Amino acid sequence: MKPASFDYFAPTTLDETLELLHEYGDEAKILAGGQSLMPLMNLRLAHPRVIIDINRISGLDHIASTADGGVAIGALTRLRAVEKSPLVRQQNPLLAAAMPLIGHFQIRNRGTVGGSFAHADPAAELPALAVLLGCEFSLRRKGGVRIVPAADLFLGYMATAIEPGELLTEIRFPNWHPGAAWAIYEISRRKGDFALVGVALQTELDDDANVKDAAIVMFGVGGKPHRIENAPSILKGRRVEPGVLRALAQAVTGELEPDSDIHASAEYRKEVGGVLARRALEAALARAANGVRH
Amino acid sequence: MASKSMRNNMEAQNRPGNGYVGRPLKRREDFRFITGRATYVDDIKLPNMLHGAVLRSPRAHARIRSINTTEALKLPGVVRVFTFADLGALAVPVPIRMYHLPGLEAHLQPLLAHEKVRYVGEPVALAIAESRYLAEDALDAIEVEYEDLLAVIDVYEALKDQILLREETGTNCAAVHEFSIGDADKAFRDAEYTRTEEFRVHRFTGNPMETRGLVAAFDRGKGELTVWGVTKLPHLNRQTIANFLKMPERKLHFIENDVGGGFGIRGELYPEDFLIPFAAVSLGQPVKWIEDRREHLMAANHSRENRCQLEVAARKDGTILALRATIYGDMGAYIRTHGGLVPCSTAALLTGPYRIPNYHAKIHLVVTNKTGLGTFRAPGRYESCFYRERMLDLMAQDLGIDPVELRFKNLLRPEEIPYEVGVTRPGSAPTVLDSGDYPSALRRGLAEFEYDGLRPLQGRLVNGRYHGTGIACFVKNTGGLEPYEGARIVIGDRNDVAVYLSISVLGQGHETAMAQICADALGVPMEWITIFHGNTDITPFGWGTFASRGTVMCGSAVHLAGQKLKQKLLKAAAEQLGADTASLDLSDGKIFRLHTEAPPVELNEIVFRVRHSGNLNEGFPELEETAYFHSSQMTYSYGVHLAHVAVDAETGMMEVLKYLVVEDVGRAINPLLVHGQTVGSAVQGIGGTMLEELIYDDNGQLLTGSLMDYLLPTSTDVPNIGSVVLEEKPSPLNPLGVKGAGEGGIVGTGAALANALSHALADYSIQVKTLPLTPDRIRAWIRASSASK
Amino acid sequence: MTLADFIRQELDLTGTHLGCEHGVCGACTVLFNGEAVRSCLMLAVQADGASLHTVEGLADGDELHPLQRAFQDHHALQCGFCTPGFLMTARAFLKDKPLATREEVREAISGNLCRCTGYQPIIDAILQAAQDLRGLKEHAK
Repeated sequence: MKPASFDYFAPTTLDETLELLHEYGDEAKILAGGQSLMPLMNLRLAHPRVIIDINRISGLDHIASTADGGVAIGALTRLRAVEKSPLVRQQNPLLAAAMPLIGHFQIRNRGTVGGSFAHADPAAELPALAVLLGCEFSLRRKGGVRIVPAADLFLGYMATAIEPGELLTEIRFPNWHPGAAWAIYEISRRKGDFALVGVALQTELDDDANVKDAAIVMFGVGGKPHRIENAPSILKGRRVEPGVLRALAQAVTGELEPDSDIHASAEYRKEVGGVLARRALEAALARAANGVRH
Repeated sequence: MASKSMRNNMEAQNRPGNGYVGRPLKRREDFRFITGRATYVDDIKLPNMLHGAVLRSPRAHARIRSINTTEALKLPGVVRVFTFADLGALAVPVPIRMYHLPGLEAHLQPLLAHEKVRYVGEPVALAIAESRYLAEDALDAIEVEYEDLLAVIDVYEALKDQILLREETGTNCAAVHEFSIGDADKAFRDAEYTRTEEFRVHRFTGNPMETRGLVAAFDRGKGELTVWGVTKLPHLNRQTIANFLKMPERKLHFIENDVGGGFGIRGELYPEDFLIPFAAVSLGQPVKWIEDRREHLMAANHSRENRCQLEVAARKDGTILALRATIYGDMGAYIRTHGGLVPCSTAALLTGPYRIPNYHAKIHLVVTNKTGLGTFRAPGRYESCFYRERMLDLMAQDLGIDPVELRFKNLLRPEEIPYEVGVTRPGSAPTVLDSGDYPSALRRGLAEFEYDGLRPLQGRLVNGRYHGTGIACFVKNTGGLEPYEGARIVIGDRNDVAVYLSISVLGQGHETAMAQICADALGVPMEWITIFHGNTDITPFGWGTFASRGTVMCGSAVHLAGQKLKQKLLKAAAEQLGADTASLDLSDGKIFRLHTEAPPVELNEIVFRVRHSGNLNEGFPELEETAYFHSSQMTYSYGVHLAHVAVDAETGMMEVLKYLVVEDVGRAINPLLVHGQTVGSAVQGIGGTMLEELIYDDNGQLLTGSLMDYLLPTSTDVPNIGSVVLEEKPSPLNPLGVKGAGEGGIVGTGAALANALSHALADYSIQVKTLPLTPDRIRAWIRASSASK
Repeated sequence: MTLADFIRQELDLTGTHLGCEHGVCGACTVLFNGEAVRSCLMLAVQADGASLHTVEGLADGDELHPLQRAFQDHHALQCGFCTPGFLMTARAFLKDKPLATREEVREAISGNLCRCTGYQPIIDAILQAAQDLRGLKEHAK
């Protein structure tokens, strides 16, 4: 399985890259970590005429605090760097918890944050996290930049709002609520595989232990991460008891319209989606109750 | 969480002071593998070497209207593109090597597709270019016009004979084989208890880490062809390829290098084994072809898939009276070298280690639009063990008998063995279980596994998961199958002994085990010995490495050759030393004069004198002996598998908490290697049962086309496997007393896990009848059961 | 040309193997600037200026690396095809986590496939090597 031939560029600055993207448009593919693109090319399922290798660009691999207490991550940051970052662990424990679920460490050594988002596998953890937390994505082109919120970035199966000629340069995670209880939970055939179905969840309780707010995003259940519309209405103002948990699971199962594939049927994903949402909520609250803040 | 008692019992088997055989010695061959200096076929580079790539059919069933190679040939670096037309008079189909049942020859695979393609992956053309990259570019440029036909991917659909793979045969049922032992029908008429079930084992295969590959080089001056990348049965394959090329056999040199695993899949003849030598001869340049993983999944032998309608007849007290089995083997589009072996083997040992005096089996071999079937580690045994052991558990439940007690009741007792089962293989001698103590192995397994301690957990919900324990008893045929293997031992005068094996080596450690056998039989230090294998020029003719017959057949030959050579050396020494042969012994490379104070004489000195004088003894300058070990009978290893699983009923996720294999191999030449085989094969079996499946859609498209979809087990998918190797009942059929050890660890995995799962989900009245055990299927069973309540 | 092919064909270092060419099996694992990567998923040109370590460099002349010795001691290889990938993965992992537990080792190698050994002896070997390496480090102090 050898890739077909292509023209290769390895720009060293962002401007060079944007110029190349402007010139080649949809004939060009960005090569970052290569962990998603190279298998497709080796299998000859993708045969771009032009490869723009951005690994030599400096300035796109930062992990930094933002003014509002969030985290800004450069698109070229390796997943392994995010996994090991003390800043991330401190300022976004949910992101830190998601990292070891992504593939294997060899993949995380090369794979980039930007690549994960741009590839947009619906069974991937990071896109779901981005939708849950309301991340913002900087998309640059020659002569301009636009910011796209996560809710608008993922369009469908492996498709994003990134236009030909645009490069994802940075992802901003908003400020993390210190009172937030969270969980990320997935079912996969083997450890490190893409999820059959997964859930990322954040919730906050008021002083009476009633749910103040709750957000649940599922992955592996359709073409893109799916925010559970009914979650807030079922949970808000309620105490989390068995009846409420059952109602949540049923609502999630009712709302999901996943696809079938060889690894799991749609029915499996619907059912188990509900189960995972329920378990995630329980796990989130248990974590919060144990005082495990970060 | 393996218990202490489940630690592998290797320490107990290390018996120093008795020579080399029986000791868990580290492998001597490891050096080249751990330093990256091994030579696998893709490591071979020859000057002017060209590279091949095979164009494979993207359609499951279609007529070929035209093949246009013009554009491909224009590409830079592309040298030739071969199609069926180029084969001319040489075009023969890939022959069947064994289990020739009448009717199968109508379904042989052509070397390149001709008129029709019948499965996704069927070779249509062979492109040769200066690099593999360029050869694949050529494939993209070959234009083939297909006229699609409907595909059939299920044996029952295929048997309707509406969509025919070979119109001229009028049916997709390629062959039927039937046999009878005792009078099953009468037993069923008279039985107090009967039950009928339909079971199914899925399609999966071995996937060695190294895919197939060949390098072929033709010397135009001498008219000789050398082929690298062969294994398993190089002598036989050489015969076939020589016939195909119409060349004398002696002009073909088949050389086995290092082999990255086989498991039955690699080494059989496939179209490429003909095509690559053909290309090398045609082009006069060496040609290399290395299969990639995507190809391997659609081209190399698939295995296992069959359905079984099984009926059992018994007394109410659990005594089994009879079995009746109707088996449908999903052979794929073409019958390959193994003929009817896989489904026939399913029937052949269905009775296992049990006393079942009446047995009738009917096997249908059905063609479908899928890749052809061949052997994969314990072919037919994994399947039949699943069918039988599941049926035993169902029976146990129906009759209110404990599943363990039911097995003890029906297991053959040691005093009944040797036990003749009857003729269960087409055209062959009766199956005779040669030696064994089956109840003892089961008792040992139950004790080691602490089975009684786990009884309270059967079907119990603990921390959100249902627990279950399952067992499976088995026998496994090893050795035999083909009549003999040989070994030639040659000794020099400087600590140097060469052993030429007639068998192949695919990673099992024969370079160490055979050296152990030789050292003990001949009486020299093991360090003196080098093992050669797989090269048809220098090794004696052999039938091949499969059915765990390597140690049994070739190890015995090494033993016999070693003894013969020892006698020859003692005679030479006797003459040189003016002594009586009976008063001498050869041990540790020295000649000892028994009952004297005289110091030992170095064997090297004796050999030196023979070599340099020519008239001593009848010895040749280079002392050597060849011996063949003949056995048409198989020798049967046996044992039990035990599994403890926990299942999350809400997600269908099953975890194997504990797994133990107990196997009696007669005698373990090197316990380290035996345990290695057991653990490795058990992990393959667990992966095969829970993760692996070759899945086709209704159009015959292979959906599991890469390792992202065909899921192989990783380190986090399996627990530590417990392995107990017994040597209670040596084989009476060979001088070493050995039974093969390469497959027992996989035989019972489907059965034990399915039994464990069924016990775990007893609350849902789920009885597993089909494999694999995936979360989706487990949830579907639970859902169906809950719905029907 | 992929980095794996470059290593095997242009540099004639055939110890690094191709098992799948789509990043699943790990047989092609090498150290790229000290990190374990799948060389089948990199282009040769991307290695320009980088430091590459392959299995051929693991031993120090004739002196086997503790990982290599441990693999032999524990029968952690049979056909040997996956072995270089495991050795390089383990090398990188142990540098990162010299005090790894059995479970951590099991997880660290879950991105490498083996069809022969069942993984158990590989885990044993890596734990043994970790111990040996710690001993060497102590000795060197």
